[in-house]
Amino acid sequence: MNITRETVLYVARLARLRLTAEEVPRMQRDLDAILDYVATLRALDTTGVPPTTHVLEIATPLRPDEVRGVLPVAEVVRNAPQHDESAMIVPKVLE
Amino acid sequence: MSELWKAGLGELALHVESGDVSCREIVSAALARIERHDGSIGAFLRVRGESALAEAKTADEARSAGRARSRLHGLPIAVKDILASPEFETTCGSRILAGFRAPYEATVLRRLREAGLIVLGSTNMDEFAMGGSTENSAWQKTQNPWDLARVPGGSSGGSAAAVAARLVPAALGTDTGGSIRQPAALCGVTGLKPTYGRVSRYGLVAFASSLDQIGPITRSCSDAALLLGVIAGHDAHDATSYPEPAPNWLASLSGSADGLRIGVPRGFFDGEGADPETMARAREALRSFEGLGAKTVEVELPNSAYGIATYYLICTAEASSNLSRYDGVKFGFRAVSQTLDEMYEKTRSEGFGAEVKRRILLGTYVLSAGYYDAYYRKAQQARTLIRRDFERAFESCDLIATPTTPGPAWRLGELVDDPLQMYLADVYTVTANLAGLPALSIPCGFNGAGLPIGLQLIGRPLDEATVLRAGDAFQRQTHFHERMPEGFAS
Repeated sequence: MNITRETVLYVARLARLRLTAEEVPRMQRDLDAILDYVATLRALDTTGVPPTTHVLEIATPLRPDEVRGVLPVAEVVRNAPQHDESAMIVPKVLE
Repeated sequence: MSELWKAGLGELALHVESGDVSCREIVSAALARIERHDGSIGAFLRVRGESALAEAKTADEARSAGRARSRLHGLPIAVKDILASPEFETTCGSRILAGFRAPYEATVLRRLREAGLIVLGSTNMDEFAMGGSTENSAWQKTQNPWDLARVPGGSSGGSAAAVAARLVPAALGTDTGGSIRQPAALCGVTGLKPTYGRVSRYGLVAFASSLDQIGPITRSCSDAALLLGVIAGHDAHDATSYPEPAPNWLASLSGSADGLRIGVPRGFFDGEGADPETMARAREALRSFEGLGAKTVEVELPNSAYGIATYYLICTAEASSNLSRYDGVKFGFRAVSQTLDEMYEKTRSEGFGAEVKRRILLGTYVLSAGYYDAYYRKAQQARTLIRRDFERAFESCDLIATPTTPGPAWRLGELVDDPLQMYLADVYTVTANLAGLPALSIPCGFNGAGLPIGLQLIGRPLDEATVLRAGDAFQRQTHFHERMPEGFAS
């Protein structure tokens, strides 16, 4: 295996995922198989080839920097699992 | 007119225009179909019964007062559960978005509403559009109407199954690597992924932003042309939206494929490991096109061999970034937790399903320090070579034809433990997303077991017109798209 158990746990930590004891070996096996497959790309010579940044040649659209209609705050925070009229509430960060 | 559910959008529009049926009758008929048949296929996640009927009544009143908003005013449609609406919940097939009701409306939904179309409900999908079988939905399985033991394809499996079973005349899907065309092929319906930028993604829950597009799933190419005309066009809310106005695609359907040069990529119709019957039906479709006056010319797409690898590097990288917003703070599900860090981790771990976690891990890995050049940058360079192949091929042809999939619908559960095999089923579809090209899947026959098979037609950038014209010419001469799955034909 190219992907170690430690790598899986490290990447999971970066992605803020907590894998169960059953998930770790399964993800390790799957990622290993997929990365092994995508390694076929190594055979492709891409010397001097620019990476794609956009498939169509369109310019970045510009607009005047003006205040426009915004959504009412109460409507926006309504979807938060915990909120009051104007804010989303999360567990305390500082003691 | 009896059996209203058999008619597509264009036919229904003629009926309401002539006044021989009301929008209320059409919407009632569709709701009755859903009531009667959706229990066996599980295409819908939610249905807007009463509000849809009320909207139909309003549409009838507007029409009789001479205020029809469009030809499609008052006709029903279904939408994939991935579009933001203040009217109904949007979950993207995921537990992590349970209960989410957007405070704003996706541009495509606004356009449907402004044209007077009535959204009957939202359809099942693979969680965050990741998958090719709709089995990754957190909520339910969807069955293929042609064989209830088989998958409908994915990720827009609910939309394709709903159209195939004649529950609705049309539906919207989204396509990041084949998610409109593949389920359309496996369910025997017509599906179009427009050019990247053709349809605004404002309000579309993002999976892989350089690839995602919204498009129609319909009974015919002429219906696809009608519906694309409603949803396409520039939108200042989407910076990737193409600035030119959308043409009238319906007018481009001349009924003729005469003189069209159809590029046939070498090796694509006898793919290694591909299903022989699928390849045979696709080759027969090429001969039908020749019978319609089109010429087939061999073209080369050598770098398409790297399509799947390129696609899965780019889409997972983009997904890992896009899905970082699901953390239990702003919307949807939040796991019980004491600290902020614990909240993020537990919410994401309990809220996402296995395939989404797999792709987030893969994307995070390929973007992590030390791997970016070897994977992501390399994939974007390969993408340039894949695009150049198409540019070169289009110097000698107007369209490129391929089978849509390497085989017909597989059995439910058959590939759930083998993600790589599932990815390889996207071999013919991902390159159109990587190159941003319009691509259509049309029914082109059936295998011995009665399962539908699709032919893909890929066009030049922004040339949906030629793709739809060719597909429509084919459908005027063939009846594959009219065949109904047994069990749903009455």
